[in-house]
Amino acid sequence: MSTMTSDTSIGIPSVADNLSDDPRRRAPLVVGDNNYATVTEKVCSVVERPKTPLAWYVAFGVSAALATYMVVLIGYLFWTGIGVWGNNQPVGWAFEIVNFVFWVGIGHAGTLISAILFLLRQHWRTAINRFAEAMTIFAVICAGLFPAIHVGRPWFAYWLFPIPNQMNMWPNFRSPLLWDVFAVSTYFTVSLLFWYVGLIPDLATLRDRAQTRLRSFIYGIFALGWRGSARHWHRYEVAYILLAGLATPLVLSVHSVVSFDFATSQIPGWHATIFPPYFVAGAIFSGFGMVLTLIIPCRKWYGLEEVITLRHLENMNKIILSTGMMVGLAYGTEFFIAAYSSNPIEEFTFINRALGPYAWAYWIMICCNVVVPQIFWSRAMRRSVPVMFVVSILVNVGMWFERFVIIVSSLNRDFLPSSWHYYSPTWVDVSMLIGSFGVFFTLFLLFLRFVPMVAIAELKGVMPQPASTRRNAEAPHA
Amino acid sequence: MPDTTRNASSLFGYLAEFDTPDDLLEAAKSVRDAGYRCWDSYTPFPVHGLDDAMGIQRTILPWIVTISGFTGCVVALVMQWWMNARDFPYLISGKPLWSIPANIPIVFELTVLFSALAAVFGMFELNKLPRLHHPLFSSERFRRATTDRMFVVIEAEDPLFDEVRTRHLLESLQPLALERIEDKK
Repeated sequence: MSTMTSDTSIGIPSVADNLSDDPRRRAPLVVGDNNYATVTEKVCSVVERPKTPLAWYVAFGVSAALATYMVVLIGYLFWTGIGVWGNNQPVGWAFEIVNFVFWVGIGHAGTLISAILFLLRQHWRTAINRFAEAMTIFAVICAGLFPAIHVGRPWFAYWLFPIPNQMNMWPNFRSPLLWDVFAVSTYFTVSLLFWYVGLIPDLATLRDRAQTRLRSFIYGIFALGWRGSARHWHRYEVAYILLAGLATPLVLSVHSVVSFDFATSQIPGWHATIFPPYFVAGAIFSGFGMVLTLIIPCRKWYGLEEVITLRHLENMNKIILSTGMMVGLAYGTEFFIAAYSSNPIEEFTFINRALGPYAWAYWIMICCNVVVPQIFWSRAMRRSVPVMFVVSILVNVGMWFERFVIIVSSLNRDFLPSSWHYYSPTWVDVSMLIGSFGVFFTLFLLFLRFVPMVAIAELKGVMPQPASTRRNAEAPHA
Repeated sequence: MPDTTRNASSLFGYLAEFDTPDDLLEAAKSVRDAGYRCWDSYTPFPVHGLDDAMGIQRTILPWIVTISGFTGCVVALVMQWWMNARDFPYLISGKPLWSIPANIPIVFELTVLFSALAAVFGMFELNKLPRLHHPLFSSERFRRATTDRMFVVIEAEDPLFDEVRTRHLLESLQPLALERIEDKK
């Protein structure tokens, strides 16, 4: 890596220019011949098109139909009862909890990008943080659906909250399930605030560019009258860094608390101290998979390749490679601990996991999460958009199966062989998984249509500043 | 801008337009050194070094957040103690009614929640947002403040403000344009 590939001066970077790893040259975060105005134009024009592209309508139609299907299914579930699902003793938790953990996990990459990379001064995050934060919020909405409909009698779901109820009882604060309620709702609230605070200056940009009174009015309301005052920016930046500092431990805590749902139980295969870090690494891994799956088509369709550059994608692939190996290490550690514990039931559980009735799911998980990402050791593969798109989808699949393996394979062979049971999902289980994607994509497409998908104001802060050209300019006119 | 005595359309201030951060920083320093108090810069993104150039004092927001976070922590502890140990004692598997380790996750979550709410709403309050109407919004030129232009505005409220001298000061900064902003009522 000692040879410099090109000697282009900072002023005229070419498109491929930011891929060099040479530390002597700082890679530009925005490539092409861009300035403040062109960047604003590129990002804003996506949401300002007078005519919505046909492809958006098609995608939205499909997603909204699936989301509607989800609503119908929830109605059917409430009407009939949770017997419409396939879970039954001993597999009391199955698809719905798998979906919950899967969707919460997806959210984590958004917060990692927006908060942790912000604190670490990783400026490249700027091009993708808005996008990833939106993904976080919609993923947490999808996640929140599942426990809420899983309680059996959803009209009593408010018993989860510490509000007085007709039984004159309070919730049990020593239960990890209640910690989960607090963790996920705090996470959702903080993510939403973080996203909205980041959006305010860009909403003001849209307000000021608006061509119609209606747009100016609506964006004006949401922009809260932001006008870019330096005194406001000062407090804004302090608030933003404080939020980043708060979101950082929060994101690590959320999936830790989700893992407590399992780890504090006495089920072999769940009762493991490795769960919190293992779940957090897996969450970041799956979240980056989802960011890539979403961002690759979007940057292409919306012509944002100069802002969301190949280098951004390559960086994400590196994170996928490293977090993929972290989950691989966790899979191995689990087996080691099971063997080392000399506990026959623990040993049985793990042998059953890899070789039992759900071995197919286990090996799908291993292939997608541990084997496939190894392709990113190759630089050419890391920079190949089709390859990374396929890998990102496989990562999503693998991480869904990881939760399936953890939950179902630990339950299906209970302590008593007479109660062993092979769980299969019903059509409602499968439909609800598909329906949750409908909810997610419906929200995401609305986001793409109405909200700038790149944080424009932040991007301007990391662009090279224009040199002053008017030292001897003519006298101004009034 | 709390005002009571102004007539229908009074002077809000003078606006000077710039297009690069360097020019803005120089202009801000000049206005600061001239001793003005009621003035501001407007930029599409936070310009590095502008706080010093304008002499902006550090905000008290971190203190508000600290106090709120502490409040959240105490609320969580008291709530869990009251609900599970005092008002409705829950005896589960012979575990202690009141044990700190089991209460830590919720203490943590509420600390973060209260702090985050304080950070955002404290920032809004200190910035006096939302404020949907502002005299500057009447300027067509000012619409670029959120795209690529930077502005310095000296307000008529300022004790040093003088139509002629303030205007001269801004002209000497060689702005792209200078505009008189009315405060329409």
